Amino acid sequence: MSARPVPDLERWYRYWITFSTLLQKEVLRFSRIWVQTILPSAITTLLYFVIFGRLIGERIGPMDGFAYMDFIVPGLALMAVITNAYSNVVSSFYSSKFSRYVEELLVSPAPPWVILAGYVAGGAARGVTVGIVVMLVAMLFTDVSPHSWVVTFSVFVLTAVLFALGGFINAVFANSFDDISIVPTFVLAPLTYLGGVFYSIELLPELWQWVSLLNPVLYMVNAFRYGVLGTTDIPLVMAFVIIVAFIGALGAVSLRLLERGVGIKQ
Amino acid sequence: MHALVVEQLRKVYRSGFEALKGVDLTVEEGDFFALLGPNGAGKSTLIGIVTSLVNKTSGRVAVFGHDLDTEPEAVKASLGVVPQEFNFNLFLPVAEVVINQAGYFGIPRQEARERAEFYLRKLDLWGRRRSEMRLLSGGMKRRLMIARALVHRPRLLILDEPTAGVDIEIRRAMWDYLRELNAEGTTIILTTHYLEEAESLCRNIAMIDQGRIAAVAETQTLLAGLDTETFVLNLTAPLSAPPALPGFALTLLDATTLEAQLERGQSLNRLFAALGDAGIAVQSMRNKQNRLEQLFLEMVERGRGGTAARAA
Repeated sequence: MSARPVPDLERWYRYWITFSTLLQKEVLRFSRIWVQTILPSAITTLLYFVIFGRLIGERIGPMDGFAYMDFIVPGLALMAVITNAYSNVVSSFYSSKFSRYVEELLVSPAPPWVILAGYVAGGAARGVTVGIVVMLVAMLFTDVSPHSWVVTFSVFVLTAVLFALGGFINAVFANSFDDISIVPTFVLAPLTYLGGVFYSIELLPELWQWVSLLNPVLYMVNAFRYGVLGTTDIPLVMAFVIIVAFIGALGAVSLRLLERGVGIKQ
Repeated sequence: MHALVVEQLRKVYRSGFEALKGVDLTVEEGDFFALLGPNGAGKSTLIGIVTSLVNKTSGRVAVFGHDLDTEPEAVKASLGVVPQEFNFNLFLPVAEVVINQAGYFGIPRQEARERAEFYLRKLDLWGRRRSEMRLLSGGMKRRLMIARALVHRPRLLILDEPTAGVDIEIRRAMWDYLRELNAEGTTIILTTHYLEEAESLCRNIAMIDQGRIAAVAETQTLLAGLDTETFVLNLTAPLSAPPALPGFALTLLDATTLEAQLERGQSLNRLFAALGDAGIAVQSMRNKQNRLEQLFLEMVERGRGGTAARAA
């Protein structure tokens, strides 16, 4: 009778330590420079609330049955999650490439998926932290409180993970600091602003409603809006399926890039 | 046991440059081994492949019996590497660099702190543990790279130009520590441009040139193979012309400095006797050239079919 394989608990414990070391390093990194990483999103959101919510919002009137300021809260919070999760990983991983201290990880026995998980968790931690700060700011201006905590938090985390993966892929291909700002400016910002943050897609002509459905951010914003307000333009299950599918696809691409050493090994 | 086995290792970069052309190399456990060669010979590429920083084109690498292709985690866990160029996060405190590296190797936080303290003290950096990396001198950064490479207690330590840009005093201290590590059982491979370093530290040497191993042998055996050796003699009284001593090639560098080139087998005693007979007294003497450097040039010249000599 052949011996039953014993799970290599020691190995998994080592992986856990590597992962938690990376996560701790990333959290310390963005916490140390909180004025650059956490505060700007809080201030930007504050300005959005003052201008779009208070000044212009009162003239716009209700949307989907909610005061305009309440309607935009979920989108603004998710926008902060997306931007911060993305920029944390893209700047952290690119810096490690640029200054070559990514080699500290490459010479270690940590498998690529643990390294990826560490960076993504770090980015997601920043995204979720800033998202929570934005929600707290929002609560000062509105009476919004989550309709479903489970949906709210799970969309927060899944969106942060998805865009942290996006930031990782950007960092792998970036060859200069300019390259890490191109995607956020020319891809991320349009997708976010056109993802139904400030409006319901039902306001759009039918053609543009269909075009909007191709935008993955739309599903996240709507799922999150359901979590906070209890209303959505998109069926909730479909939104989750699409978010998870994107995470799977970007995760697979990121892992393949890391395994092959694209951009980091000669 | 073999600490490192490299078989038919080739590396062709995307530019088409073939940095390694089928390298075979074996380093025994416990050895202190030098890898020497001119710039661009392939030393750093070879080390890069062994330490997983460079992808190989073909060939095989095994560390303590673990194949790099099939057991990369076991290979990496056995290796410590001190790279040629600084590769730090310049904004991290010194201790954090070492503690994080231990974490990447799966060492729990508390143990990582204890080990970091041990190696930082050993390399005289404990007093700077809270300093940011960018505030350290070049010598301190080199020592920190050694502490970082040792924190997981590797069985094989690879150092790529470890003492480049380090002053004599620190270099000597680093040599002493490397000798201590080797005596404790750590196998060490180093590349260096300070050939005196290899001659002083290493028991075995491989010479690499143009992507191929030109020679592998014990340091003493290689040195015994030197064809000529040049000495510079300081004389007690000035001369106007070099003395004509049969069998010795002598050149007068200035009035009181004589250069003597001895062939293999010629003894210094005979030279001194001949000089004494000619009424020339020698005050002091030194080797003109590092012996290993001379050997290296000879081997490279031989390997290239004497083209360098002809060109000169």
